[in-house]
Amino acid sequence: MLEHLKTLFRYRELLYMITWREVRIKYKQSMMGFLWAIFMPLIIVAAGILVKYAMAHVAQKPFLLSEVATISVKAVPWAFFVSALRFATNSLIANTNLVTKISFPKEIFPVASVASQLIDFLVASVALTVILLVSGVGLSLQVLWAPLLIALLVLFTVGLGTVLSAASLFFRDVKYLTEVVLTFAIFFTPVFYEVEMFGKWGTVLLLNPVAPILEGLNDTVVLHESPDFLWVGYSAAVSVILLTAGYSFFKKAEPMFAESI
Amino acid sequence: MSDVVLTFDDVHKKFKRGEIHDSLRDLLPALTGRFLRRTGNLESREFWALKEISFEITRGEAFGIVGHNGAGKSTILKLLSGIMRPTKGTIDVNGSLSALIEVGAGFHPDLTGRENIYLNGTILGMARREIELRFDEIVEFSGLSDFIDTPVKRYSSGMYARLGFAVAAHVDAEILVVDEVLSVGDHMFQKKCLDRMNTVIQNGTTVVFVSHNLQAVADLCGRSLLLDRGQMMSIGPIEEVIQSYMGLSYASRNREGHKARIVSVSLRGEDGANMRFDSGERAWIDVELEGLADCEGLAVVLDMLDRSGYNVFNTSTERLGEEPFSLRSGSTYSCSFQLDLNLANGAYDIEITVYNYGTEYVFDTMNPAATVYVNTGVEVRGVANCKPKVTVRHGAAPASPMETPGA
Repeated sequence: MLEHLKTLFRYRELLYMITWREVRIKYKQSMMGFLWAIFMPLIIVAAGILVKYAMAHVAQKPFLLSEVATISVKAVPWAFFVSALRFATNSLIANTNLVTKISFPKEIFPVASVASQLIDFLVASVALTVILLVSGVGLSLQVLWAPLLIALLVLFTVGLGTVLSAASLFFRDVKYLTEVVLTFAIFFTPVFYEVEMFGKWGTVLLLNPVAPILEGLNDTVVLHESPDFLWVGYSAAVSVILLTAGYSFFKKAEPMFAESI
Repeated sequence: MSDVVLTFDDVHKKFKRGEIHDSLRDLLPALTGRFLRRTGNLESREFWALKEISFEITRGEAFGIVGHNGAGKSTILKLLSGIMRPTKGTIDVNGSLSALIEVGAGFHPDLTGRENIYLNGTILGMARREIELRFDEIVEFSGLSDFIDTPVKRYSSGMYARLGFAVAAHVDAEILVVDEVLSVGDHMFQKKCLDRMNTVIQNGTTVVFVSHNLQAVADLCGRSLLLDRGQMMSIGPIEEVIQSYMGLSYASRNREGHKARIVSVSLRGEDGANMRFDSGERAWIDVELEGLADCEGLAVVLDMLDRSGYNVFNTSTERLGEEPFSLRSGSTYSCSFQLDLNLANGAYDIEITVYNYGTEYVFDTMNPAATVYVNTGVEVRGVANCKPKVTVRHGAAPASPMETPGA
């Protein structure tokens, strides 16, 4: 793994350029430009508010403004996860020309895909901060956990994205499968709801490695509590194992890319 | 100079014909089959794209790889640049290698020329600082300074190729691998590319150059490898390799061996046997054939090639209105082609082939059957002699185009 990281470091300029290219292309010839980075999470947040509002209505409870903060703090990272994973899965196929014609470590593509989405996420985070300030949830030292949780999410996304990009190069089914799963994954992940709403069944939901991260973000940023270390630890373990295994799978498959794409 | 930078040792590469299982549904049967399969052998759909390839390239050498389409040139490039791995054999690369398999690979249509220079430069292994330093040089070379901030999707294909080559030609690598790059752009730009490649070679860079443009390979490379259907046909000085390449053009076709034989081909002028001619002079080529078995529908084909392998002229008994002929064992046939050598200065090889236009079988071929040396007396280039004259008039051009001097 260390060896792989060294290689990646050696090619950091290329990684930077490919990331830069992705960001650049996305906002070229688009009128909204960087506003797109906010638009997509905004839609998810709006959908979340609608769902929550409906739930509050059915339960005959008042809809609290702090709910908006909870939704936002989970929906924005979720939007990042979905688009980064989607992008990473397609990254090798989309760059067939480079994969078959030029030699360099190909993991640059999935990694750059995640990196370019991360930039969008950072832009959206600025907007998110504004929402948090307005909704009046306040600030505590617990917020310092947030960068760590985000880093964990990035790690998990890179690990999964690397595997899926290579797998979809060999089998296009993987691409469609990813699409389908990502479309409905929002129902299986505590984005619009909280795990505790499910009582003892909540544990099953937390097996999804993204769930403890999102819950953790809500705990620390909105509720000013410390995250559930056990479950966050679980997510971290899954992420590291996935990243290590996925990366070595990727490197093993790499020599076959050019003739199999 | 025994400093070897690149070694191919008994390299094989196996490919699959047709579709490889591309979806999970096809994978399962394929996987079960794998347990029953022995490796190393060819399956029905597999074929050797490269077989028993061994060669060495020394530091500072300009090495050419030539062959017809599908001979395996690009596969060799992909192997030595590390994009693919050989099925068998080893490849050693000693030094930084930059491979340009396609001009402008990695250009993104939506990005401007400027942005693509940075992007493509990085892809080819340049550091950003390096690109900054050479940026003006690259733009200058491409001749696109007016369009450098235009997205490359609005470029013509020529402009695209020019920018691509410009970037590639400014990459600092110990070993530079280029594929067919000189077949791009107009004549002027091709010349510029050749000059640039010569400079690169003179600076001590090892260049591996792949092309079916023999002229370009001959101009650049000292040594070369000829591939035919995945196998090494010859390796050595470029002249020898070009000779074998010419031979391949017919040899690689369907061949009907040992049925007819070219006994002799002789060249003569008005005063008997000759090989030096003035341009426009008349020459005769006498061909004598012998039958070794029954064969019919035959024609004698005459090709004339210039030194770069370009086919200057082609005719045959059948094209000149003669009926296809037959041969029996022991029977003979002879014909005589009369040619007016309206050619430019140079040496031209005559190739004689016994051919059946119907079945496309080659019965025998002789190459070169003869060589003619042509002299025009005046300085002309190219292959044709248009009998040039020039009139110089000091002052204004004549008012009417009809007003020719002496008329």
